[in-house]
Amino acid sequence: MGAKTTILNLPAEELVHPGTRACAGCGLGIVYRVGLKALGRDTILVVPPSCLTVLQGLYPIAATQLPCLNVTFASTAAAATGVLAALKVQGREHITVAAWAGDGGTSDIGIQALSGACERGDNFIFICYDNEAYMNTGVQRSGTTPRGAITTTTPIHGKPQHKKDMPRIMAAHGLSYVATGSAAYPLDLYDKIKKAKTMGGTKYIHLHTPCPPGWGFDTRYTVSVGRLAVETGLFDLYEIEEGVFHLTGPSARLVGKERKPVSAYFKTQSRFRALTQAHIAEMQQQVDETWAGYEK
Amino acid sequence: MGHPIFARKKSHSEPGPGDAGKTGSWRVRRPIIDLAICIPAKTNSMACFNCWLYCPDGVITRTIPPTIDYTYCKGCEICAEECPVDAIRMVEETELIKKEL
Amino acid sequence: MHCIESGNVAAAYGVKLARAQVIAAYPITPQTPLTEKLSEFVDGGEMQAEYIPVESEHSALAVCIAASSTGVRAFTATSANGLLYMSEQVHWAAGARLPIVMCVVNRGVGAPWTIWNDHQDSISQRDAGWIQVYACDHQQIIDTVIQAFYLAEAVSIPVMVCYDGYLLSHTYMPFDIPEAAQVDHFLPPFKPAYALDPSQPANLNTVTLPDIRPDIRGDLAPGYMEIRHNLHTDLRQAIENVAEIDARFKDTFGRGGCPHVEPYRSDDADFIAVCLGSLSYQLRDVADILRDEGLKTGVCGIRLYRPFPDEAVVDALAKAKGIVVFEKALSYGNQGALCGDIKAALYHSKQRPFVRNYIVGLGGREIKTADLLAAFRASCAQTDDETDTPQWIGLNL
Repeated sequence: MGAKTTILNLPAEELVHPGTRACAGCGLGIVYRVGLKALGRDTILVVPPSCLTVLQGLYPIAATQLPCLNVTFASTAAAATGVLAALKVQGREHITVAAWAGDGGTSDIGIQALSGACERGDNFIFICYDNEAYMNTGVQRSGTTPRGAITTTTPIHGKPQHKKDMPRIMAAHGLSYVATGSAAYPLDLYDKIKKAKTMGGTKYIHLHTPCPPGWGFDTRYTVSVGRLAVETGLFDLYEIEEGVFHLTGPSARLVGKERKPVSAYFKTQSRFRALTQAHIAEMQQQVDETWAGYEK
Repeated sequence: MGHPIFARKKSHSEPGPGDAGKTGSWRVRRPIIDLAICIPAKTNSMACFNCWLYCPDGVITRTIPPTIDYTYCKGCEICAEECPVDAIRMVEETELIKKEL
Repeated sequence: MHCIESGNVAAAYGVKLARAQVIAAYPITPQTPLTEKLSEFVDGGEMQAEYIPVESEHSALAVCIAASSTGVRAFTATSANGLLYMSEQVHWAAGARLPIVMCVVNRGVGAPWTIWNDHQDSISQRDAGWIQVYACDHQQIIDTVIQAFYLAEAVSIPVMVCYDGYLLSHTYMPFDIPEAAQVDHFLPPFKPAYALDPSQPANLNTVTLPDIRPDIRGDLAPGYMEIRHNLHTDLRQAIENVAEIDARFKDTFGRGGCPHVEPYRSDDADFIAVCLGSLSYQLRDVADILRDEGLKTGVCGIRLYRPFPDEAVVDALAKAKGIVVFEKALSYGNQGALCGDIKAALYHSKQRPFVRNYIVGLGGREIKTADLLAAFRASCAQTDDETDTPQWIGLNL
């Protein structure tokens, strides 16, 4: 990996206008703002219904300074394929095509088109900003909602099922590049998007995106909650490059060291208020097992 | 510039600020940077800028000193939380309005 | 160049001559040979296009919508359940004002499964805001496909070219394949009013409020209702465009003249059979037989179904004593879709013929000329019958 980007050499230019409808403290605000700096102006975006649709603005004002195509919920990846095909016909293949979808638009309704695009090897970057529920429509559970989380459709006992492991599913398609990132580590996600731009075929980046109203914490703590997810080993930062897995940055530095207990993470968010001690112990065990695997 | 006539036939939005209006009006508390504590301001050097990096709305500048665009700052307090030297304090808007009056 | 080929191949040649640039294709009977032929053209280098083997019909139209928004000529084709699967996208393409052309090889819809011909698939999409044209033979298929691209790009509205599954798609007929140079002269390259471009960024098709609001310059921009109103008015205007383009096509290729309706012995007819698609040619045999029996009958095939060419329809039908609408689809719980449109068009006419409705051929049920004859003859005799409900031909109860 090349030299890491620092706060001082991150491009200054803002490609998102202020005054958006995103919530105060929105984790997507951070990843989108930094992500666009990595993508650069020569990009066409594809966006399904999601928080980003709202952040980008209602007609006729656009907060984003890049050309963007809003598409139906299930079709993000297919639309990205379509944009690419047109650019190829026009000889404009220097333009990057980047899809930005929420976790629902990626791992639930969007997964069929995404899988098809991956199988075809269509040359675009698919970025999933995972705020772990259908936040745009009011916090309903999705495939990536973690076990035990209270949402409006798992309102009493929390979600019984586990979080769908979308990055691994993507990796199983044999993609050249799969990476995870977090709103808490913007420079890391910047470098990963920049790297994805240099790789061929479909690239997949999964961004952990804390959401104050959906997760139940004060807007002030968006970054610290995201950080805690990494520090407890509940969300790992890694790359799978041509099938080879390695942890990156803060997660890599955590190998062989003591992780914060998962309970510290769950305490920060009211969505985990229904977790029992047994649940927490189970999840601590899972994290421990995963990390034992890393540490071999 | 877009194509005005054709734009009337489709949902075709052009880039500009303030889709949600002056979102500074959302604030309950305003972040104020204490330039005596703020690292780049105090040392007159390009350093730190966590506030600039983590602002979800991009309303802080990476300048010496950093400035905050209060027209759009939503008062989320992430800058205050992430400042490594506690140079940013949150002041009640109502206090500031009282002072102005 | 003359040839004897299938209806699907006729369509494929139309797409090739029209120089479609992005083709998305998902297989479904009875469309498959069309997309197979196109992939043969592309893979063999005869056609310069990006051919995307998508993983569903919903994605097929998604690819077209995106490619068209990026400024290239896009095409797809489907049938029945494939069309229904992409229904959301059908509405989207119209509202997004994209000049996509799609062939619908008409087939009945499930449940239960059928792979055979009827019109329920395209009829179910008639309200989405596409231009919808029905071809009655292979020559019309290839000619209509070429004109469809011109029309779509002239009015920025997607066009659905419908033709009967199996009856046309899989049968062989002689037809002329126009010369490429002539088609290039008739149909110039696509010049979009706007295409996604980093140097002119815009956010397309985002949420549009119920009310109007100012744009970045402070000028009031339309709301959702205005945008949809524009689609409707432009669709109505397209009735004229269809006729103009047909006239231009006739000038260049020597074929055409029936852009809205295709009449047969109907000028002086007392009773006129009306239908969509290839059935109109079978009904000509029926009209001829009845003429021999002394009944003044004729046929009026509807070619342009949406926008509905009510003026042309009223012109063709109002003077008759009775109209008999034969349909391969219906608006369940009410009556035949076309029948309803015909009645509405005739509502304000000073002269109002009676209108009868027959449902035929659903799920590919064989349509026997003898049965059509009996029904038409019976309708002509029952001039006082006020029956409104559609009758069904060919049921085996």
